Amino acid sequence: MIEFFGFLAHQAPLVTVLAPAFGALLVTLFGRGKAEAGLPLALISLSLSSVGAVVTLFHVLASGGELRYRLGGWAPPFGIEYRIDALAALTAAAVVLVGLVNAVFSKTRVAAEAGEKAPFFYTLYLFLLAGLCGIVFTNDAFNLYVLIEITSLTSYALIAMGNRRAALSSFNYVIMGTVGASLYLLGVGYLYIKTGTLNIDGMRAAMAEAGIWGDASITVAFILILVGLWTKMAFFPLHGWMPNAYSYAPTAVGTLMAPLMTKVMVYVMLRVMLFAFGADFSYGGAGCGDIVVALSTVAIVAGSLLALARSDIKKMLTYLIVAEVGYMVGGAWVGNEAGLTGAAYHILSDAAMTFCLFMAVSIIVLRTGDHRLTAFTGLFRKMPLTMIGFTVGALSMIGLPPTCGFFSKWYLVGGGIEAGRWDYVVALLFSSLVNAVIFFRIFERAYFGEMDEPAPAGDDADSRPSQPLERVPWSMLVPLFLAAAAVLLVGLFNNTLAGWLRAALAI
Amino acid sequence: MEPALASFLQEQIVPKFNYWVYVVLMMIGLYAMIAKNNLIKKLIGMSIFQTAIILFYVSVGAKDGAGIPILDHHTYEHALEHPGDEHIDRDGYANPLPHVLMLTAIVVGVSTLGLALAIAQRIFTSFGSIEEDEILEKLQPGGHD
Amino acid sequence: MKLFGLIAVIIVGALLLSATGDFPDFGDPQSPASASPLSTHYIEGSVYETKVPNLVTAVLADYRGFDTMFETVVIFVAGIGIIAVLRAFGTPAAELPEGGGEEGDDDLIIRTTCNLVFPVIQVFALYVVAHGHHSPGGGFQGGVMLGASYILLALSCGLPAAKRRLGERQTIVLAAIGVIVFAGWGVACVLFGGNFLDYAALDPIIPGDVQMARSHSMLGVEIGVAFTVTAIMFVIYANLSTRGRLRDGL
Repeated sequence: MIEFFGFLAHQAPLVTVLAPAFGALLVTLFGRGKAEAGLPLALISLSLSSVGAVVTLFHVLASGGELRYRLGGWAPPFGIEYRIDALAALTAAAVVLVGLVNAVFSKTRVAAEAGEKAPFFYTLYLFLLAGLCGIVFTNDAFNLYVLIEITSLTSYALIAMGNRRAALSSFNYVIMGTVGASLYLLGVGYLYIKTGTLNIDGMRAAMAEAGIWGDASITVAFILILVGLWTKMAFFPLHGWMPNAYSYAPTAVGTLMAPLMTKVMVYVMLRVMLFAFGADFSYGGAGCGDIVVALSTVAIVAGSLLALARSDIKKMLTYLIVAEVGYMVGGAWVGNEAGLTGAAYHILSDAAMTFCLFMAVSIIVLRTGDHRLTAFTGLFRKMPLTMIGFTVGALSMIGLPPTCGFFSKWYLVGGGIEAGRWDYVVALLFSSLVNAVIFFRIFERAYFGEMDEPAPAGDDADSRPSQPLERVPWSMLVPLFLAAAAVLLVGLFNNTLAGWLRAALAI
Repeated sequence: MEPALASFLQEQIVPKFNYWVYVVLMMIGLYAMIAKNNLIKKLIGMSIFQTAIILFYVSVGAKDGAGIPILDHHTYEHALEHPGDEHIDRDGYANPLPHVLMLTAIVVGVSTLGLALAIAQRIFTSFGSIEEDEILEKLQPGGHD
Repeated sequence: MKLFGLIAVIIVGALLLSATGDFPDFGDPQSPASASPLSTHYIEGSVYETKVPNLVTAVLADYRGFDTMFETVVIFVAGIGIIAVLRAFGTPAAELPEGGGEEGDDDLIIRTTCNLVFPVIQVFALYVVAHGHHSPGGGFQGGVMLGASYILLALSCGLPAAKRRLGERQTIVLAAIGVIVFAGWGVACVLFGGNFLDYAALDPIIPGDVQMARSHSMLGVEIGVAFTVTAIMFVIYANLSTRGRLRDGL
């Protein structure tokens, strides 16, 4: 019996990745044009995958640090291996749980928006999640590229399933996403030509052994990989593809991708910085730490200001994500433990709060039929339940305790002060202030009703749902409450989580 | 010719000719992706861009005097009959790993191109054009963002 | 946009060229990539571990088999994505644009030649799949040829003729089965007590020694790859050439 549980625990990472993949294949085989054909299979496979992720997490914690799994049974560097630490296990758990909850949330929307293409929708949806989990676990630089391309291809197709504007923004995403992924691939090639291996740990060891840290090609490889990942994570000024793609995508896609894609890419950046190149090179030898923190300061300020200027709710949220990506990149680059912990913790907390806000806003846009800030007029009376969820997410975005947004900002500000990067600290506080302005303006409108200001111009027919919902189903409200609860829980258990993350990032 | 230029040519360009060519090819693709107005031309640029990376990787795997990474019949039979006798010469075969990686990259390139063409056709059916500026003109005011 | 493009190209190009200086020379057998233990092991050791003379296949389907599985998934996802984006289910025939080739306007010479060539291409494609670990070839190459044979049929005799042999539902099922064969092979290894895709675990049920178990497993997964590639190549052609209507076409 014990042996059997040991076997299950050993295979748990595999279950996490493969359950959605097999689910997707079965949906393709058995879902025949029926609108909700894929849903039960999607729910079953994602539940299985969530169990796998949770078992992996406990197994990692119990085994004290990290798990390794040799795919094909070959020892690295000859084969591909998984390397799972607490950060990886937590990120994977966040990915599949968001996927599972979002599958419930979007139950009615997939039937309405994808119609008879629903089975194909679920196939792509499940492969996207399998790809994201694989990215998080893998310890092979090229395997990472293949998985990045799987997530990219599925997300291009999922976004393009929306209206005509969605197709146009998906095309832009294809172009920028391909440049980003190709630059990453080229950077890996540069590392391969200099080190002769593709294993992420092996690269660091080989570079240390050969003592080639000073070579121009290593620095160029570093820059190429970072720029590639920044394009994928929508780091300002490479964010051009994101706002339109997320706001015109089908509802279920926007609520899935906004919390996950950028965050997983931040995770990959941490992985590359700390494990492929090592902290010494990333913060010292490469000599670009100061510039990147300055860039992230610009990203935070620009993202916040752009968000302030939007009257379209979803686009406003996407610009807030641009600012949040700035938080995480800056935290990762200030070069101390507090900043790194903050960046890693913010991956989790940002996933929770973005998910919460995107679901609330999707419900509001669908119910009121208005995609602009005017939709909020008098909403505390009209849609009190949705507004509870929205408020929790918004307070977390502003950074009020006990929500998780407060604690991640706490660590990040601590890291900035410790490194003496006052520009970054000021940008963080400024962004909190702007978020407060944005959201209290909304609360005011939602509480007191009609405002005395002119209605924002520019009604965009492509952003409006074709037909407003009659009533909000419970299948949308319960997921929203779950996400709001996650925002609070991640905040309340911040000490435990930060402890695990600190242990995972200490190298 | 200037002696400095001649030595630069001999030391930097001739022995690393493939790496220069791939950069030139890649930049042609990148320029097309950024500057071209026509969506299909952008995709052609994208294809060139990805092919340049394939050229780079395959160049990494090349070895002077080496053949394709498939054991010849004689060596193979010998290896099967004498498992302990390691006589295969590393320098006789090109590095197989870049070829494997590029097989994957080719597949990814084909898939991306196919999907992007499908999206471009979808754009053409809804907007009646594949010129970027014409499409932007057709969007309603406020749709620009 | 042109000026911006030019500036971006110059900056990126200069960055890339600045690194070529310390690359090993082209074709240098002593370069880190070629002299590394990794490459050396693949060339000198893989035949003793897998009994496969085609080193590329050995690395592709065994050492890095997990990559290849996801590569198959990439193809699969692209095909499903194209259907999801483009396929117009049930478009009335009246809305079709004029100028599509009708069935029946085909030329005798073209049709006869294609009917002659079609089986030859397919048999050769099967050879490429089956012989992939002894000579250049494998699942992807053979799959593309098989897919191309159906595309040739669609070009010469019209899409309906090709669809009679490989219908839309069949292509999707075939593509999914291909990935299931590959991933299922890996799961079978887990059930026999190995890690995922550790073909050595299948030794008890595959005739021959452990190396032959690996060699045969490579053939098995390559066949799965060929299924998927064949189906998706045809899906891509059929959807792109008819704007997702699967009628008429070029």
